[in-house]
Amino acid sequence: MAEMTYRDALNAALREELERDDSVFLMGEEVAEYDGAYKVSKGLLEEFGERRIVDSPISELGFAGLGVGAAMVGLRPIIEFMTFNFAFLALDQIINSAAKMLYMSDGLIPVPVVFRGPTGAALQLSAQHSQSCETWYAHAPGLKLVTPGTPADAKGLLKAAIRDNDPVAFMEGELLYNVRGEVPDDDDFVIPLGKADVKREGEDVSIVTHGKMVHTALAAAKKLEKQGVSVEVLDLRCLRPLDVDAILSTVKKTNRAVYLEEGWSFVGVGSQIVSIIQEEAFDWLDAPVLRVCQADVPMPYAKNLEQMAKPSADRVVEACNRVLYRRA
Amino acid sequence: MAKAGTVSRGEEGVAPEKLLRGVPQETALELLEDMLLYRRFEEKTEEAYAIGMIGGFCHLHIGQEGVAAGFVKPLRIDDYILTSYRDHTQAIAKGVEPRAVMAELFGKAGGCSGGKGGSMHMFGPDVGFMGGHGIVGGQVPLAIGMGFAAKYRGEDRVTVCFMGDAAVNQGGFHEALNMAAVWDLPVLFVVENNEYGMGTAFHRVSDTEIKDRARAYGIPESVVNGQDVLETYNHCSELVEEMRRGGGPRYVEARTYRFKGHSMSDPVSGTYRSREEVEHRRDEDDPIQILRDRLFQVGALTQEALEEMDERVLAVVEEAYEFADASPLPAPESLYAHVWSDVNEHGRLFFDGRPEAPAPGETPPSGGPGEEA
Amino acid sequence: MATKVHMEALSPTMEEGQVVKWLKSEGDSVSNGDILAEIETDKATMELSARGKGVLRKILVQEGGTAPVGDVIAVIAAPDEDVSDVVGDAGGVSPPEAGEEDREASAPEDQEESEAPERPSSEEKAAKEAPSEGAASPDGGRVRASPLARRLAQEAGLELDEIDGSGPEGRVVKRDVEAALERDVRLPAAAPGEEYRDVPVSQMRKTIARRLTESLSPVPHFFLTIDVDMTRVVEARRRMNALLEDDGVKVSVNDIVLRATAAALLRHPACNASWQGDTIRVYDVVHLGVAVAVEDGLITPIVRNAHAKGLVQIGSEVREMAGRAREKKLKPDEYTGATFSVSNLGMLGIQEFTAIINPPEAGILAVGRLEDRPVAVDGELTVMPRMRMTMSCDHRVIDGATGARFLQTLQGMLEEPTSILL
Repeated sequence: MAEMTYRDALNAALREELERDDSVFLMGEEVAEYDGAYKVSKGLLEEFGERRIVDSPISELGFAGLGVGAAMVGLRPIIEFMTFNFAFLALDQIINSAAKMLYMSDGLIPVPVVFRGPTGAALQLSAQHSQSCETWYAHAPGLKLVTPGTPADAKGLLKAAIRDNDPVAFMEGELLYNVRGEVPDDDDFVIPLGKADVKREGEDVSIVTHGKMVHTALAAAKKLEKQGVSVEVLDLRCLRPLDVDAILSTVKKTNRAVYLEEGWSFVGVGSQIVSIIQEEAFDWLDAPVLRVCQADVPMPYAKNLEQMAKPSADRVVEACNRVLYRRA
Repeated sequence: MAKAGTVSRGEEGVAPEKLLRGVPQETALELLEDMLLYRRFEEKTEEAYAIGMIGGFCHLHIGQEGVAAGFVKPLRIDDYILTSYRDHTQAIAKGVEPRAVMAELFGKAGGCSGGKGGSMHMFGPDVGFMGGHGIVGGQVPLAIGMGFAAKYRGEDRVTVCFMGDAAVNQGGFHEALNMAAVWDLPVLFVVENNEYGMGTAFHRVSDTEIKDRARAYGIPESVVNGQDVLETYNHCSELVEEMRRGGGPRYVEARTYRFKGHSMSDPVSGTYRSREEVEHRRDEDDPIQILRDRLFQVGALTQEALEEMDERVLAVVEEAYEFADASPLPAPESLYAHVWSDVNEHGRLFFDGRPEAPAPGETPPSGGPGEEA
Repeated sequence: MATKVHMEALSPTMEEGQVVKWLKSEGDSVSNGDILAEIETDKATMELSARGKGVLRKILVQEGGTAPVGDVIAVIAAPDEDVSDVVGDAGGVSPPEAGEEDREASAPEDQEESEAPERPSSEEKAAKEAPSEGAASPDGGRVRASPLARRLAQEAGLELDEIDGSGPEGRVVKRDVEAALERDVRLPAAAPGEEYRDVPVSQMRKTIARRLTESLSPVPHFFLTIDVDMTRVVEARRRMNALLEDDGVKVSVNDIVLRATAAALLRHPACNASWQGDTIRVYDVVHLGVAVAVEDGLITPIVRNAHAKGLVQIGSEVREMAGRAREKKLKPDEYTGATFSVSNLGMLGIQEFTAIINPPEAGILAVGRLEDRPVAVDGELTVMPRMRMTMSCDHRVIDGATGARFLQTLQGMLEEPTSILL
C-alpha cells in the first residue's frame, strides 16, 4: 500500500494502461505540454510522446467525435474534458454516436472510449463551471458512468474503464485531486465496474452516495456517532452498472436511507436510487427515503450563498435524524 | 472541369480515351453498371416505401450516383467511408450486399444492422462501410477519428467522409476540418452539393462558398462535376494516392443534383424547387445518361448490352427485394441485445423493470417491456 | 362565538366513535355543513358535518383517536378568537357542558372498559413538534405505519390499531412495534409453550356483545323447530332459473325462503310485531332483516317491504347490501327498522341452530342446510331434500301456538310454493 493523492492515482492508472496497450492514447485540452489542467497527465508526454498524448484545440464536439471514430476502428482513446461542464458541447457525439453505435449496428461496432474529467462544484467557480453532470450521462443506455471518490477507487476504476469495451464517462472532481488515500501497490489493481463499497459500517441508518460526496457522508457519520447513532456509508462508485444488491443490502440492514449527491434534486441520481429502494425494499423501510442535494438553483458565486447551496454534513445529519425520528 | 448543369456529350472526332477521360473502358463499363444498380435499387426502394414495406425516414440518392460510384470505386476494401443518412448507395458501393441493405430498410433480421438501424444506419465494418449517421454533420468528427487511427497505426488507408452541402455549417464540421489539417489526417471530405439542404437553397444560408471553408482551415480544396462519374473517379483516385503518401486531408465539393425529394416525405418539386428545374436537370444532367452516351459514342456499349446490363442489375435488385421480404422480423431477444458490449458480472445495466440484463444472445428473463403481446 | 365540534351519535347504537380522517386541517376555513371528518362507528364509516362556521382552530382528537359520543373533538372559531377555555374542556371523562348535550347518555363506564388508548390531553396537543399519539383505526381504516412496522406487526401477530404510533401524524414505526412487543399490555403471538393469545376487540364486536347480551337477558326467548320438504322449492327454483337464463340472474333458495317468510308474516301479524313496554306494535308491512356475516362480526341489512317484492329484486338487494356491508358502507336506515329477521347458516353446513332475537323485533328465523335426507312417507323409506328452520320468539309478544301456526304456514308455503301467490 502506498499513500498518494487522487491525482497521482489517476496518473498512475493512465501510465500503466498506456504502457500495457498501445491502442490507448490520451487527447484533450492541455493534456500534453501543460501536463494537464489539473496535472492529472503530468509527465505522460515526456514518457509516451506526442503520438500518444495529444493536445487538442478547444473543440469538444470535434475531439469527442474523433475519440468515438477512433474507437469504432479499434483504438482505445481516453478523451479528457477539462471539466464536464464543457462536455455539454460534445453530448451529441457522446449520446448519439458513442452510446448508440453498438446497438444501431446490432453489435458490429463497439466503441471502447473513455471520456474523463472533473465534474461538480469546486470553490466559487460560479454557475457555468460548477455543474454536477451525472444525470445527463446516466440517462442513456449504452453509456457507462463511473464516479470514484477516493484515490484507490480512482485508480482501480480508471483501469477498468479503459479496459471496458463500452463507452465510459469517468467523472472525477476538482476538489478530489488533492485528497490523499491508501492505494494498493499492485500495478494490475483493477476494480470491476458495478461494485459499490461500504466505506463505513453502521447499524442505524444508511447514507448512500457517490463521488466526492462520500467524504461529506463520512463527516456526517462522525457527527452522528457523537450523538450515539451508528451510520453506514455506501459508496456506489459506479452508477452504471449499478450495484443494486449493495443498496438493498444496506437498506435491509438499517431500514432507513438517505441519498446524498452534489447535483440537483429533480431527476438527480438519487431519484433513481430511491425508486429502486422503494420498489425492491419497501417492506424494510421504516421511514421514507430522503435525499440531500444541491439547492435547486444555478450555483451562485458569493461564498456564503455557495455554501448554502451545496450539500453539507449538517444537512446530512438533519436528514438522518428525520429518518430516525429523532429530535436532534 | 465541366460545371454542373452543362452537358459534355462528347464532341465529334475526339479520341475515345479523351471521351472517357483516360478511364479504361472496362472500368467505365463497371462504373455504368454500378450506377445503374444504385439507380434501380433506389427506385425499388421508393416502390417498397410507397407500399408500406419500409417505414420512417428514407432518403434516396437518385441523381447522385456519380458521386457514390466515383468516390468509392478507387478505394480499397480496408479504406473507411462514412456518410450521412442518405447512405444506401454508398453502402452498396463499398461492398455491403444489396440484399442486406434492402432487408435493413425493411427492418428485418437479415439486414446489415440486424433491423436495428434502418435506412439511416447501414453498417458494414468488414468492408469498411462505417455508417449511415442521422445527425447532420455527425459523421465528420467520427471520420477524423478514423483518419487519426490510421495515422496512429502507421497505415496508409484513407477515410472518405461524405456529407451534404448543409453540413458545412455545423460546428462539428469546422472543428473536424481544423483538426484534420492540424494533424495531417488522411481524410477526404466530399461535400455532395445538391444545392439544397432539405428545402433550403445553400446560398440562402451561407454567404461563403462551400470550397472556401476548406481553404479557411488550410486544406487543399477542389470542385468536381459530380454528375460526370469519370471525372469523380479520376479525381478521387488522384486525391487518394496523395493522401496515401502522407499528403494530409483533402476536400472536394462534388456538384450534383437530387432528382427526388429530400426524403420520401418531401415532394420532388413544387415547394422549393420548380418542376421545370427538376425536369431539366433530369433530362440534361443524369450521370447515367451522360456516361452511357459517352460509351455509346466510343462504341464500348450497344443498346443490347445496355439492356442486358439493366437486366442483370434488376435481377440483383429483385433478389434483394425477395430476400428482404422473406427475411423474418428481428427476434424479441434482439430488443435487449447489443446495448452493451461488456455485460459486467457485477451491477445492473437495465432499469426498466427486468431483474438482470441478458448476456449477448441470451433470452432475457420475462417481465418488463419487450414481451410480445 | 366558538363552535364546539362534538363526537355525534352517527348511528343509532353508537356510543363511541373513532376519527378515521380529518378532511379539514387546523387553520382551514369552515362553513356550516362542510364535512369535517370521517368517523368510524360501530357499524360503518360516517361523515361528520360542521355545525358552525369560521376557522377550524383546534383538533382535539387526532386521526385514530376515539371519543365517546358527546365529547368535544374540535373547535371552530373566528381566526383571532380566544379559544383556550373551550379547548380546556376537551377530552377526559368529564361530560360535556350542560345544554350542549342532547345525545343518548354516553356511559362513562364505557370509557374505562374500552380498550381505546388514552385520549391526548390539551397540553400535549399544543406541543406542535410532539408526534401525535392515538391508536390507528381498525384494519380497513387509515392506519399510518411504515412498511417495516406493518410487516413486523403482522409477523408478531399484533394489530397495528393497538400500537401507539410515535412517528409523524401518529405513524407506527419500528420502535413502536418493538415497544409493544416488550410490554405486557398486549400479549404477542403465542410463544412456544404458551397456549393462548389475546386478540383485541374491535368496535363492531363490542357492539354485538353488548346488544345481544341486552337482548338475551330481558327478552324471554323460546324456540320452535320445524322440518320442511323442499322438493317443490328445488323444482320451482330450477324452473325459474331456466326462465332467467337469458337475463344472467339466478334465484337462490334463500331468496325464496325470504319471500315465503314475508308472505307468512302477513298472515300472522302477531309474529311481525315488537314489545314496546305498555303496547305491542304490530306491523302491516314486512321489513326483513337478513343476517350477513362481515369480517369482524355480523350485520342485518334490511329488505324493506319484502312482502311486495319479487324474488329477483329481493336477491339483488340482499347481494348488493351484503357487499356494501362488508365494506362498512351501509347507512343506518339500511340496518335499523326491521320487523323480523332471518339468519341462514345453511351454506356453512349447519343443519339447525337457534338465533338470538334482534331487539326490538319479536322473532328471528334460523335457517339450516338444505340436504337430502331419508324420510318415511306412508311407511316407505325415501330420500328427499329437507331443510330445518328454528324460530326464536319473544314470549312477551308471541306464544307457542302463535309461533307454531306461523311456522306451519311457512312450511306449507315452502312445500307448495304456488301458495305464496295466493
